[in-house]
Amino acid sequence: MTSAIDLDEVIKEYVSHGEVVQAVKGVSLSIAEGEFFSLLGPSGCGKTTTMRMIAGFEDPTRGKVRLHGQDVTNVPPNKRDVNMVFQSYALFPHMNVWDNVAFGLKQKKTPDAEIKRRVGEMLDIVDLTGREKRRPREMSGGQQQRVALARALVNNPRALLLDEPLGALDLKLRQAMQIELKRIQREVGITFVYVTHDQSEALTMSDRIAVMNDGLVEQLAGPREIYEQPASAFVAGFIGTSNLLAGTLAGGVLKVAGGRVLVPGGQDGEVNVTVRPEKITIDVDEPTQNVSAVPGTVAEVVYLGTYNSYAVRLSDGTEVTVFQQNANDATITAERGDAVWLSWQPQHSYAIGS
Amino acid sequence: MKRLTPYLLILPGGLWLAIFLVVPMVFMASVSTQEGNVVDGFAQTFNFANYTNTLALFQTQFLRSVGYGLAGTLIAIALAYPIAYWIAFRGGARKSTYLLLVLLPFFVSFVLRTVSWKFLLADEGIVLAPLKSLGVLPEDFHVLQTTVAVVGGLVYNYLPFMILPIYVALERVDPRSVEAAQDLYATRSAAFRKIVLPLSLPGVFAGVLMTFVPMTADYVNAGILGGPQNTMIGNIIQTKYLINNDYPSAAALSFTLMAAMLVGIFAYAKALGTENVLEAAAR
Repeated sequence: MTSAIDLDEVIKEYVSHGEVVQAVKGVSLSIAEGEFFSLLGPSGCGKTTTMRMIAGFEDPTRGKVRLHGQDVTNVPPNKRDVNMVFQSYALFPHMNVWDNVAFGLKQKKTPDAEIKRRVGEMLDIVDLTGREKRRPREMSGGQQQRVALARALVNNPRALLLDEPLGALDLKLRQAMQIELKRIQREVGITFVYVTHDQSEALTMSDRIAVMNDGLVEQLAGPREIYEQPASAFVAGFIGTSNLLAGTLAGGVLKVAGGRVLVPGGQDGEVNVTVRPEKITIDVDEPTQNVSAVPGTVAEVVYLGTYNSYAVRLSDGTEVTVFQQNANDATITAERGDAVWLSWQPQHSYAIGS
Repeated sequence: MKRLTPYLLILPGGLWLAIFLVVPMVFMASVSTQEGNVVDGFAQTFNFANYTNTLALFQTQFLRSVGYGLAGTLIAIALAYPIAYWIAFRGGARKSTYLLLVLLPFFVSFVLRTVSWKFLLADEGIVLAPLKSLGVLPEDFHVLQTTVAVVGGLVYNYLPFMILPIYVALERVDPRSVEAAQDLYATRSAAFRKIVLPLSLPGVFAGVLMTFVPMTADYVNAGILGGPQNTMIGNIIQTKYLINNDYPSAAALSFTLMAAMLVGIFAYAKALGTENVLEAAAR
C-alpha cells in the first residue's frame, strides 16, 4: 500500500537580507492513508513551511513531495488533491456560507445537483444546516472554523491539511473542537495533517506526531512513545513537563546529588536522564526497595486542584518537579523546607544521551 | 455631558459645512432663478427658464463633459488598478515609498502641472519636434487642442484619486484567501476574478466617485490643453461667471450639472448594488 504523503529529504531555503536561511533542513516522512498526523513544534521550527510545501504554496529548494506515490513537487496547489484549513480560516468574506463551501466543487465544474447534495451533507456533518445564507463575519469563531473545515472537506480531498486551525478559539471551544475534529476524521476517513505548537492538542488527536525543531524532525512516533520515551532533551522539554538529570552512567546507575538513579539498559557514559513529574513519589524516609532515590529539600508546594506540584531542590542545585495526584488517600507529605526523598520505578528513567 | 460628546465632536465640522457649503448653495440656488444684469442688479423672479435655456444652448458641452468624464474615468481605472495591485501585493517593505511617489504630483500646483503638459505636447515641443524631424510623424501632427490632450490631462491630474481607494481596498484583501481559492482548484486568474476583484470593487466605486465627478466638472484641462472644439461645461460656467457676469445662467448650469451627476451616481450605485458595495466598503 502506498502512503498518502511522502516527503523525501525536503529542504526549503529563503534568502533574507542577502543571507540564505534554511527554514526546513531536510525532512523525510511518510504519512499513511487515513492517519491523523501532527507536525508539532515551536514557532519558527519549519512545521508550517513543511505543510505549505505539501499544499503546493512553497516549492522545495531540494527534495521531493509525493502524494499517493505521485511526484507533485512542481505541481501548483490548484492541481493537488489536498485541501487546507488555514490558520485564520481565510474564508471568502463576500460569500455566504453556502458559496464558501461550494467554491471548490464549482471550480471543479461539478454538476449543480451534486454540488447541492454534497454541500448540504457537509454542512450537516459540521452542524451548520440552516446557516447557509450567513456571511462569515456574522458568525462566531467556532462556526467560522467549521465553515473552513467544511469548505475543505466537501471536496473529498485525499488529504486534509490543517494549519493551527484551533489557535484562534478559546480553551473550552478548543477542547470541544479537538474531539469534534477527531470524530469528523473518523467519520470521513481522510488523512489529516495537523500543524500545531500545542503539545496537548497533538497528544489528544494524533495517531503519530513528528516533533520538529529548527527545521528538522527530532522525533517521529505515536503520542505515548513521544511522551514516555522522548528521543532528545528538546522533545522531553517541549512535550509536557520533564525533569532532566545529567551525570555519568556506570553499570546502569547514575549517581546524582547523594542519591541513585537506576537506568536499566542505559549505555555507560555521559547521559541525560528524563523522568516525568507524575512518576515520582515523594516521601520523608529513604525508600528501601530497588528504585531510583534522590534526596532533596522542598522549595515550593503549589496546590493545583487535581494535583499538587512540588519543586524539590537537590544538593547539586538541580530542581525537580513532582506531581502528586490529589487522590482520596493522598496526604500532603511535605511542607516547604522539609527534607524529602524522591523515588521512582526504574523503568521511568529514560536516557536520551547528552 | 457624556451624551452630548458625539454631537460636540461633529460640531466644528458640521458648522464648517453649514456655513461654507449649505449657505452658498442656498444662495446660488436663489441666484439661479433670478433675472437682471450686473449693472442694474439681479432680482428674484423665479425664472426657471434659466435652466431650460442654458441646457438647450450648451447641450453639446454638457454631453462632451460627461463623455470626457466617462472616458477619463475608464482610462484611469485601467491605469490605476494594476498600479494599486502591484503596490498592495508586490510593494513589500517599500509600500509607503511607492504611495508617496503616487502622491508626489500633488506637491506641484494643479495648474502648473497642466501647463507643463502644454510644453511637453507643444507642436514643436520636446516630444513632437524630434519625432517630426525624424519623419516619424507628419509635420502638421499635433496633440494640443485635441480630445486626446484634454482627456489625457484629466487622467493625469486625477489618477491618484483612483489609485488610492483601489489600493486601500486591495490592501485589505487577505492574501491567504487568495491562497485558499487556489487550494480549492482555482487557477490564478480564477482566484483573481472570484476573490480579489469582487473584494476590491468598493475601492473602484470610491475611485470612480472621486474622479468622474471632478473630471466632468473640470475646466482647467480643457482651458489649457484643449481648443474651441474641446470646451467643457466647466469652461462655460467659468466664462459666464467671471467674464460675462451672467450669474443666474452660471448658477443654473452648475445646478443642472450637479443634478445630472447625482442622478448618474445613484444609478451607478444601484446598478452595482449599493448595499453590497457600501457594506463591503464599511468593513
